[in-house]
Amino acid sequence: MTYRGRHLLGIEPLHPTEITTLLDLADSYVDLNRRAQKRSDVLAGLTQINMFFENSTRTQSSFELAGKRLGADVMNMAMQASSIKKGETLIDTAMTLNAMHPDLLVVRHPHSGAVDLLAQKVNCAVLNAGDGRHEHPTQALLDALTIRRAKGRLHRLNIAICGDIAHSRVARSNILLLGKMENRVRLVGPPTLIPGPMKDLGVEVYDDMREGIAGCDVVMMLRLQKERMDGGFVPSEREYYHRYGLDAEKLGHAKPDAIVMHPGPMNRGVEIDGTLADDINRSVIQEQVEMGVAVRMAAMDLLARNLRAEAA
Amino acid sequence: MTQLFYNARLIDPEAGTEAPGALLVDRGVIARVLPAATTPADHPEATVLDCDGQCLAPGIVDMGVKVGEPGERHKESFKTAGLAAAAGGVTTMVTRADTATPIDNPETLEFAMRRGYDACPVRIAPMAALTRNRDGREMVEIGFLKDAGAVAFSDGDRVMTDTKVFSRCLSYAAGLGALVVAHPQEPGLSAGAAASSGKFATLRGLPSVSPMAERMGLERDLALVEMTAARYHADQITTRAALPALRRAKAAGLDVTAGISIHHLTLNALDVGNYRTFFKVKPPLRDEDDRMAMVEAVREGLIDTLSSFHTPQDEESKRLPFEEAASGAVGLETLLPAALRLYHAGQMDLPGLFRAMALNPARRLGLPGGRLADGAPADLVLFNPDTPFVLDRFTLHSKSKNTPFDGARLQGRVRGTWVGGTRVFGT
Repeated sequence: MTYRGRHLLGIEPLHPTEITTLLDLADSYVDLNRRAQKRSDVLAGLTQINMFFENSTRTQSSFELAGKRLGADVMNMAMQASSIKKGETLIDTAMTLNAMHPDLLVVRHPHSGAVDLLAQKVNCAVLNAGDGRHEHPTQALLDALTIRRAKGRLHRLNIAICGDIAHSRVARSNILLLGKMENRVRLVGPPTLIPGPMKDLGVEVYDDMREGIAGCDVVMMLRLQKERMDGGFVPSEREYYHRYGLDAEKLGHAKPDAIVMHPGPMNRGVEIDGTLADDINRSVIQEQVEMGVAVRMAAMDLLARNLRAEAA
Repeated sequence: MTQLFYNARLIDPEAGTEAPGALLVDRGVIARVLPAATTPADHPEATVLDCDGQCLAPGIVDMGVKVGEPGERHKESFKTAGLAAAAGGVTTMVTRADTATPIDNPETLEFAMRRGYDACPVRIAPMAALTRNRDGREMVEIGFLKDAGAVAFSDGDRVMTDTKVFSRCLSYAAGLGALVVAHPQEPGLSAGAAASSGKFATLRGLPSVSPMAERMGLERDLALVEMTAARYHADQITTRAALPALRRAKAAGLDVTAGISIHHLTLNALDVGNYRTFFKVKPPLRDEDDRMAMVEAVREGLIDTLSSFHTPQDEESKRLPFEEAASGAVGLETLLPAALRLYHAGQMDLPGLFRAMALNPARRLGLPGGRLADGAPADLVLFNPDTPFVLDRFTLHSKSKNTPFDGARLQGRVRGTWVGGTRVFGT
């Protein structure tokens, strides 16, 4: 089984075997990345454009590094500073891009569905690096790879996703991926941050954190945006930390070997205790960053194979 | 001049009947409804039209049509809207006041009506804004506007948040017997929403609004109506949560009616699919349970009127990410074939559909049309409810082509449209 799609726009259309294919390939790139000589040339001659309509340092540099390690010509376009300010529409941007003949386009956009729209209009393969509250597929894939390497499997695990589910594309992609791989997913957070219809997605919803993470193999924390803390969705930072911040005591309710994850960047002392985040026995947050580069290399490699097959 | 329409299947929404018959029209007015056996030989003085056994119904009175004049003629002009209306069997367009330059004073209203009379083959019954610039602060000259021809007063989909201003508008309008049309919605709860809350919106990551916001808006409005004894029409009731309040208000004898758009009656939230912005309407499409409940509400008459909510949008305002895209869909030409989906599904009969599309809106607005009776204007539509076709949006007469039915299989074609006895569509 190979990867069938022309783009990687979300987890939703993926088949479990495609996910496994991608993760297996990513495993090999983890090995490559740990060698002294890290170069490959599978993307040699291809042009990758990173187009970020929303600020990002971590995801953008991860994609950039992934492309460069595979020998692609990588270009970054910081879109929030450029032409959209001059009134150019997304479709105009797509037309401009087509004229530049890129092969791989990595896009992040603040609106759900914007990356799908762009993908309909450009001639190259598109990777979704996050669209609104919709999906962030490479984050879910790197989380899956991290879990698989830490736990030895990616099925029949109890996984708690905690925090601001409502505004999180990471949560949606993870719920879809972990569900497809037959895990038991729980969502933990105050009802203001978990939309009611989430329970229809085959997950369990908890508003008590200790109950929610009891017996879990994986505790995945999400970032809570500063602007959502002051009375809008939760009353205050300190009350949120008291009820939903992950510390050693709350983690004590999970399995003794449970791992702690966070997509970054972290708010230490808001959703996670700083000491716990740095505990190399529990936290796999650094590994997640490492897996991120490997997963993105694998994704671009597979899409490039399809591009070449299409051209041939 | 007399005309005889014979060999027709007469759809009479007033009597609730559908039967073979003929119509005698004299100088633009229905002179007599005649039995099925009528032949041209019985009326040698008349110009005859053989209806070929097809359906002859009162022309549609479409309540809430947006024409881009004044201000947005690139989206729709009176001419193109009129052609679309004629092609869709709409003989009266009840136009909206939410134009780029709002119709909030008698002079602008006169301009729009004159443009309508000059350029439009169908009748125009204009609505005026309820407040100046539709901003919910100062009421318009309701008396002057009513004298100038405004059939109802509405700020469109803008909800008046200041209840004191709204109650005064309702009171003042009540004194003049003017109809107020409002958009029932709790504006705080629905702010920024692009979809109805539910599994689909959650998966797609779209900002969404609970259907409860419509009920809250309606309950508030109905309390004000009870207070002011105003004549009130809710432009669109689209959720089952709002129905009990509507039922109570009617049972209590308040002068209240409600409408719905054809899109909420024939499409649901899942039709948005992969962020298809032609399906973005306001309020957003609801789930299937709501849609079914609305079909039942129209069938039993709890919801009175069914219209297109024709809202032309150009390609640029739709070719955007879903949240940023403009709301609304064109509907003048698709209202009838889409409504016939309900007929073909066995959910509504033809007299019931024309009661909601023609008779009820005409009655509510005090217009003479919507009936097949002696003395009614000869505003007629002749159609075959069974003719199948696949809709190609570029064949629409509207300047804007933003229809959610592009590529849809529909049944029912208009063969001819008459306004005051004059044929405006078909040959």
